[in-house]
Amino acid sequence: MRFKIVTSPHISQDVSVGQIMRRVLYAMIPGIAALTGFFGWGILINLVIATVVALLAETVMLTVRGRPLALHLSDFSAVVTAWLLAVALPPLAPWWLTALGIFSAIVVAKHLYGGLGYNPFNPAMAGYVVLLISFPREMSTWLIPHGLDQPHALSFLDALRAIFSSEWPARFTLDALTGATPLDALRTQIGLGLTVTEIRNSPIFGIVAGQGWEWAALGFLAGGLWLVYTRTADWRIPAGMLGGLAIIATIFYLADPQHYAPPWFHVWSGAAIFGAFFIATDPVTASTTSRGRLIYGAGIGILVYIIRGFGGYPDGVAFSVLLMNIAAPAIDLYTQPRVFGARRG
Amino acid sequence: MNETGYLKILKDGVWTQNTGFVALLGLCPLLAVSNSVVNGLGLGLATLLVLLISNVAVSLIRNLVRPEVRIPVFVLVIACVVTAVELAMHAFLPGLYTVLGIFIPLIVTNCCVIGRAEAFAFKHKVAKSAVDGIATGLGFMLALTLLGAVREVVGQGTLFSQADLLFGELGKGLTLHLADNYRGFLLAILPPGAFIGLGCLIALKNIIDSRIQHRATAQPATVLIEAKS
Repeated sequence: MRFKIVTSPHISQDVSVGQIMRRVLYAMIPGIAALTGFFGWGILINLVIATVVALLAETVMLTVRGRPLALHLSDFSAVVTAWLLAVALPPLAPWWLTALGIFSAIVVAKHLYGGLGYNPFNPAMAGYVVLLISFPREMSTWLIPHGLDQPHALSFLDALRAIFSSEWPARFTLDALTGATPLDALRTQIGLGLTVTEIRNSPIFGIVAGQGWEWAALGFLAGGLWLVYTRTADWRIPAGMLGGLAIIATIFYLADPQHYAPPWFHVWSGAAIFGAFFIATDPVTASTTSRGRLIYGAGIGILVYIIRGFGGYPDGVAFSVLLMNIAAPAIDLYTQPRVFGARRG
Repeated sequence: MNETGYLKILKDGVWTQNTGFVALLGLCPLLAVSNSVVNGLGLGLATLLVLLISNVAVSLIRNLVRPEVRIPVFVLVIACVVTAVELAMHAFLPGLYTVLGIFIPLIVTNCCVIGRAEAFAFKHKVAKSAVDGIATGLGFMLALTLLGAVREVVGQGTLFSQADLLFGELGKGLTLHLADNYRGFLLAILPPGAFIGLGCLIALKNIIDSRIQHRATAQPATVLIEAKS
């Protein structure tokens, strides 16, 4: 299987894999900063654990497979996978959860399928789904964002202790620290028969989406737009995904605004923006043709809405990305651009 | 092919042409039932019994059946044997019967059973067919039990849980808890665990095979490399 990037044949630019991956890392910084501000040190500790485990796993797998170490370690692809997965994990996820997720991502989803460029599934999302299916309790223990109800001043040491020995600080009860995420709350309370307006009055919701969450989304949007501006990511995938999500959300919202959350809420909530710019744009597992990328993105957006509204999980970016990963080769096949001068049809 | 030794039949069935790891026949029960050692062993034993009886029966009637109608005859024989085994399990191992459920009658559809009838028993004498049935059954049981063991250890940190279903009162003390406070790894018990586990086991078998082959041909190969350098 060869991986071919469709580019304009007239402009050439020397961009190595390492440069692309480093740009992705830079672009994640504003979003990570916002997450750290609202959810504390745990986010950064998770990032460090994930990076260390990912580099270890990558080194071991490269050695076992007899591949050049320096070349593949310096392309930063393992670090990108680590960061993408770590950002998606709950802030105080126990260390073994992070390590296991990275192991599934790097060893199983990436190297067992042939390494960078050959993996059919997005490694970070494959690792995330393994954790989500296997450890639903740990994966849904999210902190309440900072500044809500009470300032939970978890110190660096508190976070470290929670992550490495699962001892939560005794001066807070678990209920004071953790709570439902906005999408989770929306899902359960619509199930209880409340209307969207009533649910949105809860303090966990902010201006557009969830309190705190919306700023992280803004950070990821800024980084993502920079990626698109530098042509590191193709605009068609995020546009397709957010567009698809917005269109289907609008249809349902117009049909019954009391039962279905407005489109701007859906676009701005959960992992939608992060997924659109950082996850779905993975060049290895996404569709590669121009029209194909729009279809691929739209497919993810629609699946996200279906899973959020009618599925068993509050958010569905990971599942949607994996499902569309399977579809990507077929999409590519049917959206081959017509060679200039070739006959139509 | 006229003089196939018993030892070779046995080796083919269990290792060289293992139903689960090489021929990849009967994947449906292999993937679905192998979530614990006891389940795997139970279905493996049932399949072994069916293979043995159906091979012997097919071999016995091979000169009476016209080749044109052999497949429907095989199906009839196998269906009868499976029904008998199912009734026997219902009577003597009701616990295991409930756990395995639909997969016992589904042994009928396991292609390795009709495969052995067609490929071996219809062309060989009774004794050899019986050995082939046992060998193939053992191979399938090995695959089921190994995959069951891997999934059970990774998934819930135990071995031989619910062994009383198969061995009665005696089996109750057999369960091994390999780790205290193991949280369980649900993925290994769920269907994806079966696919990943089977993939890893097949890879392991291929590694072992290539090591064996490498060792067998190691002598001339080194000479070649030396000559080249």
